Amino acid sequence: MKRPFDFIIEKLVFLSGFASIIFVVLIFVFLLKEGLALFSTFGVGNFIFGRNWYPISDPPQFGILPLILGSLLVTAGAIIISVPMGLAAAIYIAEVAPSNVRTVLKTGIELLAAIPSIVLGFIGIITLAPVLKSIFHLSSGLTALAGSIMLAFMAMPTIVSIIEDAIISVPKSYKEGSLALGATHWQTIYRVILPAAGSGILAAMMLGIGRVIGETMAVLMITGNAAVIPTSFLQPVRTLTATIAAEMGEAVAGSEHYSALFAIGIVLFIFSFIINLLAEYFLHRGPRRKRKK
Amino acid sequence: MDEKLKQKIAFNILLIITILIVAPVVLIFLLVLVRGLPGLSWEFLTAIPRDGMRAGGIFPAIVGTIYLTLGTAVFSIPLGILAAIYLNEYARRNALTRIIELAIINLAGVPSIVYGLFGLGLFVTFLGFGASILAGSLTLSIMTLPVIITATREALNAVPQSFREVSFSLGATRWQTVRHVVLPNAIPGILTGTILGLSRAAGETAPILFTVAAFYLPRLPQSVYDQAMVLPYHIYVLSTQVPNVSVKIQYGTVLVLIGMVFIMNILAAWLRARFRRRKVW
Repeated sequence: MKRPFDFIIEKLVFLSGFASIIFVVLIFVFLLKEGLALFSTFGVGNFIFGRNWYPISDPPQFGILPLILGSLLVTAGAIIISVPMGLAAAIYIAEVAPSNVRTVLKTGIELLAAIPSIVLGFIGIITLAPVLKSIFHLSSGLTALAGSIMLAFMAMPTIVSIIEDAIISVPKSYKEGSLALGATHWQTIYRVILPAAGSGILAAMMLGIGRVIGETMAVLMITGNAAVIPTSFLQPVRTLTATIAAEMGEAVAGSEHYSALFAIGIVLFIFSFIINLLAEYFLHRGPRRKRKK
Repeated sequence: MDEKLKQKIAFNILLIITILIVAPVVLIFLLVLVRGLPGLSWEFLTAIPRDGMRAGGIFPAIVGTIYLTLGTAVFSIPLGILAAIYLNEYARRNALTRIIELAIINLAGVPSIVYGLFGLGLFVTFLGFGASILAGSLTLSIMTLPVIITATREALNAVPQSFREVSFSLGATRWQTVRHVVLPNAIPGILTGTILGLSRAAGETAPILFTVAAFYLPRLPQSVYDQAMVLPYHIYVLSTQVPNVSVKIQYGTVLVLIGMVFIMNILAAWLRARFRRRKVW
């Protein structure tokens, strides 16, 4: 009965359905293919816990501990800034703002999501770095703190929209029950709505971390790029992502340096994999999400 | 009354924080507009860079970005829409479907620079495409795929179940139902999501660093196997790699990129608004 064209396209539909699995596997396979060579010559332990990243000295050192700590420091700073602020904004937008103000604010945050990271990096160098330099009397404003502020800003659309969704999907009856008992709107928000939206907030935090730790261009431009173990927010650091972006251009294909950069990719891939599974877990743990029309 | 006052204070603090987030966005746009506009001229948009990129125009980078975005569209749109049709219209709720969904979530979370490494390993080196528009487009396509799949699924989901039931009851096959009933009603939503996904791809830098971007190439790409200059990477070059580039050229380039991304976003928003009004169910 089926026409041949329909038959073919149905097969294509099935095939495309599985494509995502194939791509995830392919990404991992190709990272391993290029990156594993390093572990056989340099050792996993020396790689992860080595304190020195001197890829082009002789003999080269491929310890990524300073890079891991750089990434973690910048990420921690960004999350400390962005989660509380994003939470506040999400509450305001979902619960407090009149609908016309809400539209304006949401548009503003959507616009932020549309700005390419390279542009934020560029703006950060020109505006944020000099301000930090003069406030803290530094020789350069390109520091971990600058990276954290910039990344907090970039993670904001993700964080705000997920928390907002979580707040909106708290059943209306919870809110009405609380208000009927004589609680004020604000009491209802922080005693009833926020606890009910708790796992959504955790999911937002996870996705925020995922977004921030994987960011490349803005951090490359604004964190100052010194591959040393960081001790303060006011010194330049270098992240895992920035290292790949900065050095791949000069690494010879197939060399140890080349596979070390792919090995960093493996670390990033595994990390983002875990973070995303966690976020997914928190997203589906909350009160059953109502179907949006 | 005390509680009322607390509420008032709390709401005002929330408002101030929200403004702290939104105000910089407005300031950034104003800054780019005010400093970028003087740099825009017919020559800037249509000439090749001269004088070590300190003069002339950015024509090759504009063209490169357009080619790359179109290339991404060619691969990611059909694949993304078909995958979403599979998940929404064909797949049963079983473990395999769950694994596909988790794979999509993970694709969405893979850092952009890791896509760059993957593109370098698979397309540039293993398949031998070299640093080229083809390799860059394929890399960006896979990165954009989750956005398109998610948006398409939402659009398909919004088509009422009863539409499908009527079609089945008339004896239509599943594919006929998808093709003639579900897809036509979901097209606006699919377009909106797809354009947004492509606008993100157009502004990406990290995935194209090693797969297509050329530092300086004073001519237009001739084939899909050519390298190309692209706007995001050009901004990176102008702001960190080449000393003494005039502010006019830097901001002008940023303005052109933001303008392109912005036009795509406005188009998406316009489509969404236009079709939402028409929906009657």
